Amino acid sequence: MKIYVPMDSAAKALGAEDVVAALRAADPKAEIIRTGTRGMIWLEPLVEVEIDGVRHGFGPAEPGDVAGILDGTSAKALGPVEELDWMKRQTRLTFARVGVIDPLSLDDYQAHGGLKGLRIALDLSAQQVVDEVKTSGLRGRGGAGFPTGIKWQTVHDAEAPQKYIVCNADEGDSGTFADRMIMEGDPFTLIEGMAIAGLGVGATKGYVYLRSEYPDAIAVMTRAVELARAAGVLGHDILGSGRAFDMEIRKGAGAYVCGEETSLLNSLEGKRGVVRAKPPLPALEGFLGRPTVVNNVISLATVPVIFEKGAQHYADFGLGRSRGTVTLQIAGNVARGGLFETAFGISLGEVVNDLGGGTASGRPVKAVQVGGPLGAYMPVSKFDTPLGYEEFDQAGGLIGHAGLTVFDDGTDMLGMARFAMEFCAVESCGKCTPCRIGAVRGVETLDRIAEGDAAALPLLTDLCETMTDGSLCALGGFTPFPVMSAVTHFPDDFARQKEAAE
Amino acid sequence: MPASADYDAAELKLIIAAHQSLEGPLLPLLHAIQDSFGHIPAKAHAQICDALNITRAELHGVISFYHDFREAPAGRHVLKICRAEACQSVGGNELAEGLLSKLGLDWHGTTPNGAVTIEPVYCLGLCACAPAAMVDDRVVGRIDADRLDRLLAEAGA
Ligand SMILES: Cc1cc2nc3c(=O)[nH]c(=O)nc-3n(C[C@H](O)[C@H](O)[C@H](O)COP(=O)(O)O)c2cc1C
Ligand code: SF4
Ligand code: FES
Repeated sequence: MKIYVPMDSAAKALGAEDVVAALRAADPKAEIIRTGTRGMIWLEPLVEVEIDGVRHGFGPAEPGDVAGILDGTSAKALGPVEELDWMKRQTRLTFARVGVIDPLSLDDYQAHGGLKGLRIALDLSAQQVVDEVKTSGLRGRGGAGFPTGIKWQTVHDAEAPQKYIVCNADEGDSGTFADRMIMEGDPFTLIEGMAIAGLGVGATKGYVYLRSEYPDAIAVMTRAVELARAAGVLGHDILGSGRAFDMEIRKGAGAYVCGEETSLLNSLEGKRGVVRAKPPLPALEGFLGRPTVVNNVISLATVPVIFEKGAQHYADFGLGRSRGTVTLQIAGNVARGGLFETAFGISLGEVVNDLGGGTASGRPVKAVQVGGPLGAYMPVSKFDTPLGYEEFDQAGGLIGHAGLTVFDDGTDMLGMARFAMEFCAVESCGKCTPCRIGAVRGVETLDRIAEGDAAALPLLTDLCETMTDGSLCALGGFTPFPVMSAVTHFPDDFARQKEAAE
Repeated sequence: MPASADYDAAELKLIIAAHQSLEGPLLPLLHAIQDSFGHIPAKAHAQICDALNITRAELHGVISFYHDFREAPAGRHVLKICRAEACQSVGGNELAEGLLSKLGLDWHGTTPNGAVTIEPVYCLGLCACAPAAMVDDRVVGRIDADRLDRLLAEAGA
């Protein structure tokens, strides 16, 4: 009997190890295969049993459910996993293998299309590799949405004795976990994507800067790099091509700002993670002053499928200038949280109400913060906004890394605005005054508003303008998004406090 | 979390030697030192600076910039509780504050018996099964007050 149980940290956090122990005890002969997660976190730990070649799901499983799972009588039976609504409605390109394969089996990986993209890229010229990425329309999934092919072109065109591929795996945004899920569930796809990037721009060395808050992802990625090297996927002669590419996993040290690419590069060099002024662009003077591609995990992990299926195939999905798929992460106070990969263009309301099933508390939704701690709080009145870079921009928000955090009507938006300022103050790199000092003033000003000081609200608006205009990076520059969106869309939460004090 | 060991110059020398040839060796080196000694001992600064050819001010600047590096050892276990938005949306704040006041500790405080240090963390990537926490390297989702009590008991607090 073949049984699949995720080893993703969300599944572990919900008791997957206890379920595995119970399965082993109940049926010592069962073959238990550890996988990533399918992304249906509300069903984790999701145990899958193969029956006549079809994987049937049982979840959320507890150790006491094991007997019923093994004899097929469990009340937690969900039927064939691929037939579940959540799975059928997705377009899984980047996440095609996550939850399906053993993350650390290169054989499994190749049996599911892995390394095809790299083999195709090895037969192309460097310029053709870059052109393919341009044709796909892929834009950076780390937040800013910059066209990946154009970034690669700059590095490709730069002359230098050494170039680098740096993967930004700092994923500090609350409400996001797509990077973690793919690194734990399909690490070879990131390795393959980085190798293709190396071929495209002429870089032979790569680094993954992975946040220390993700010990499971660090362990899986580290092992995957060793396995890839042993199998000749990495090294001085990748897949026997005579071309070289190798990489290292580097652990962050708990600074949110190190997700900003220049701060990340300083950190990688062993310095304080202070943001660098641009220019020079990292593409020209990046790691150790050399031309460097800095890309998000999902950007790089999407590259293999673009080569495997063809750039046009990828570009055919999407909306406007947002091509391909977006890996939505549905989080917070939501009935069905998890990862859902779909073409750009789905509306915010469909994601929250239809996919997410509304709040976990059963109370009405009040706001959804989209794009992490620097993203706006979207009210229910904006639920028709389609998920697309430009569309969200027009609606006064941003997609960022595509995390959506749902809040119910019990939420105090003044408190959330205060937290945004507090977070900025704690995590500021200290380089510019509007961010370093402004965020501290922001917390004080919000405390005054909470105490009923009406004169403080215009001060807050001014302060936010100063932060927007005078900050070097988006930490100081975008903190006004959550703050001012809360003020604009939920004025009662800022006025009610005033009345209470009067 | 490793038990805090005394500073050992010979062991430090080996750790430095293992990292010196990396590109950008300082962060991996500091992590390795902290893994072995439980913190970055002040006594180790001179040796690190000599090996990497950096000033004491530079080294201190780096150690103090990052939340992860400790200048003194933590408790035998570290309990990190997520304070970020997704965890707040399902009551993470109230949970953390309740625990801290019950223990009579502030963030970064250690229980009197030295068993557990409580630290804030901003997102563990468990935002779809919030509120989340981590004991040393073990992740825990959908925590409530009972679960926190059990985690603390297991850690000997
Ligand atoms: C404060 C701050 C934090 C950031 N955090 C991340 C992060 O955790 N991961 C990430 O990929 N990009 C992050 N970014 C964006 C990066 O600076 C950069 O745009 C990105 O890594 C480029 O990769 P991409 O083009 O593939 O998106 C952050 C930016 C700022 C200003
Ligand atoms: S805005 Fe803040 S985090 Fe960004 S560079 Fe300025 S001080 Fe540093
Ligand atoms: S916000 Fe707490 S785990 Fe992400």
